[in-house]
Order: sequence, then structure tokens, then C-alpha cells
Amino acid sequence: MNLKAAARLGGRIGHFSIDGVRLPFREGQTIMAAAMEAGVYIPHLCYNPEFTPHGSCRLCVVRSNGRHLAACTTPAAEGLEVESHTDELQEQRRELLQMLFVEGNHVCPACEKSGACQLQAVAYYCGMLAPELTYFYPQRTVDASHPDIAIDYNRCILCELCVRASREADGKNVFSIADRGIHAHLQINSSTGKLRDSDLEVTDKAAHVCPTGAILPRNLGYNIPIGKRPYDQKPISLAGDVADHEESS
Amino acid sequence: MSQRIRIATTSLAGCFGCHMSFLDIDERLIELSEKIEFDRTPLTDIKTLGHCDIGLIEGGMGNTENYELLREFREKCDILVSMGACAINGGIPAMRNSFTLKECLETAYVEGVGVTDPQIPGDPEIPLPLNKIHPLHEVVKIDYFLPGCPPPAEMFWTFLNQLLNGQPIEFTYSQIHYD
Ligand code: SF4
Ligand code: SF4
Ligand code: FES
Repeated sequence: MNLKAAARLGGRIGHFSIDGVRLPFREGQTIMAAAMEAGVYIPHLCYNPEFTPHGSCRLCVVRSNGRHLAACTTPAAEGLEVESHTDELQEQRRELLQMLFVEGNHVCPACEKSGACQLQAVAYYCGMLAPELTYFYPQRTVDASHPDIAIDYNRCILCELCVRASREADGKNVFSIADRGIHAHLQINSSTGKLRDSDLEVTDKAAHVCPTGAILPRNLGYNIPIGKRPYDQKPISLAGDVADHEESS
Repeated sequence: MSQRIRIATTSLAGCFGCHMSFLDIDERLIELSEKIEFDRTPLTDIKTLGHCDIGLIEGGMGNTENYELLREFREKCDILVSMGACAINGGIPAMRNSFTLKECLETAYVEGVGVTDPQIPGDPEIPLPLNKIHPLHEVVKIDYFLPGCPPPAEMFWTFLNQLLNGQPIEFTYSQIHYD
């Protein structure tokens, strides 16, 4: 292991491995957090190191001791041997991704986020060529009532990053998930249910954490042309998460 | 020469962009033409479909004629390929799936800007639109998917070469995109 990385970590250091590569971790760190710090990529959508892990998208599921574990919620442990980039797990990730695509309405050629979208980027990384399931084509709306931020519910994957960012970073409570199961949907906590009447501001963290094109700051749209966006150039394992690029896109 | 691979192509609810992108393999078409020959395709203007090794279809299924042609392609092609975003998920035309067919027709032919003689076309020659646009794999078995709007020329080249040489189909990172 790389001593510089260990020195940076501070605290009690242990070691574990992912796909045979030895990594350091600080006591209490999750597999995901330790992997991210060491620059080892594990696919993920609902994880963002700035917020409490949610463990809902299951993209980060890895295998250890014959068990499947969500890397973003499982603590790393001394000597733990983790498998992540196996055929079996990548196949499972492709299946999850296919479900996410058919549950919403993802028309990438018409989406402002295309090329800078984490859902798309993870699907590219996992080698998904097409969702081979039956499409739901749900009826969802677009909320363009706010002058600076738009929400296209067609693209929401219910990762709750906006929910967490609003509560944890902005000290507000703009978003929540209403209903359950197939009826679960993102809801704006305002008197009208419209974004305009909420206290969301474009400077809020919550306006800049969406991994998909569901929450978009307005008037930036095509500043970076299609073809020149982060995931047009490099896979997400090298380019990093959407949240790292958000300011510039 | 008789052993050339026979390929048919068609566009259902598509824009011919996938076909244009296929042509973007440019002079490599000459090399390819030593290994393949075309059956029914807009590129040759052959109108009837014979038995083929490979069928490439762009566009989703949006009307009764699309449905019949899709079934015919499946019957006559050993390998059927969904090419492009519309064949794979309905694409832009499937954005009409959020509305009823009546709303769509009225918006275009009755309330549309500049419409002078408002009426919904009912000529028996015109294929009946379906309530929704469907991806091809919901109707027939699809053997391969080529994503992209359109799939890049390099993807066609890679795919056909690997298929003709009996190799596993593998694309590079830059060849796979959904937009
Ligand atoms: S949010 Fe991402 S996956 Fe969905 S349509 Fe936009 S670019 Fe495609
Ligand atoms: S709007 Fe974006 S951040 Fe919020 S739950 Fe949906 S996908 Fe996640
Ligand atoms: S990133 Fe771990 S479950 Fe979503």
C-alpha cells in the first residue's frame, strides 16, 4: 500500500482488499469511503461522500465471504477480502441499471444532462448496451416554475441525494419521497408542491447533487457541448462523480 | 461471391439517421461489399424481403405497418439487430407516450399552428398509428443492440466485423453512448 495515502488518512489504520488490491482504511470507514479515498472505483449512484449513506440504489453491492454487501453502508474491516469487478456483479449491476432506465423516461438524445449524467456514465462503465425489459413509460411532469432551477421528474431515480443535501447541508427541507414501492415519487415540500413556492435557491447544495438530469440549474444547459462532456471523454472510474463536475456543466 | 452475407435494413419510427451513420464508414463500404450483399434496404431501394443473415432495424414500432414489417424481418432474418435509441427505447417519438393518441393527433392536425383545413387524416392508405411507440424487443426477439442516436459509424464497423469473423461482440468505451 501507498504510504502517503496512509499518512493522509490519520486515525487507526487497517487494511483490506478489493479485487486483490490492498487498501488502507481508517477505523469506522465504509468500504466505499475507503475505496474512494484510495482511488479505487466501485459503481454507485446514491452515494456521495458528503452525505449520510443511503444504501438504496444497490449499484455498489460487492461480495465478501460469500455474502453480498452494499459497499456504501458496510464498514471496512481488517483483512476483509472484497470482490467488486467480477462478471457476476457487473451483470447484476447491468440488471439494476436496466430497471432504473425502464422505470423512468430517459430520452438521452433529448436530455440536457447527457454526457454529464451519472446514471448514464455508470451504465456505460458497466457495459449496458440497452435496457432489455418492458418500459413503464410512466406519466410524469416537469416543474419549470422556479426561475433558476428546473425539475424533470421523468429522470428521477429516487436516490434521495437532493433530500439529504437539503436537510444536511442547506438546513432546509425542500424535498421528500412520498408514497411507497412503485408509487414512490419525489415531492417538493411547499404549499403548492411547486418548486417556485419552496425555499430552494440556486446556491443551495441540493440544487447541485442530482446524479441525473432530474434537477437542473437553468440557463447553463449546453454551455459545454454534447461530445465534450466529462463522460464523453473518459469513463466515470477516471472522470469521477457528477457532483465533482456539477459547477462546470 | 455466392457466400456473401445477406443483410436487410429498414427504418420504422426512425429518422434514417442510423442509416446515415452506417454510411459514415465511408470507403470501408467497398471492403465490406466483398463480404456482404444487401437485400431489402433503403440503400438499394429493393422493396421485397428475402431470407437474410442479418436484419438491422432503426426506429421503434409506432404503427400497424411497422408491426407487420417488424414481424416479417424477424421471420426472415437469422440475426435481428435493434439499431439506435428509437429501436431500443422508442427514442424521441416515444415522448408521445405521455399523451393519448387523440391528444397527439389533435395537436398536430386540428389545433396546430398554421393548420388551415383541420381534420385528422383517415385515408385507408395511411397506416394506423398505435396508442404508444414500442421498443422492438417488446414485440420480437432481438439478438443484438447497438445504442446511440445514432450509433457511431465505428460501432457498425466493429459490430459487423466481429460478427462476420465469429468473434464475441465487444465495443470500446468511446463507441458506447446513448445520445
Ligand atoms: S438523466 Fe441521464 S440517463 Fe436520463 S435521459 Fe438524461 S442523460 Fe439519459
Ligand atoms: S431528483 Fe435527483 S437527487 Fe433527487 S432523488 Fe431524484 S435523482 Fe436523486
Ligand atoms: S451507492 Fe451504495 S447503495 Fe447506492
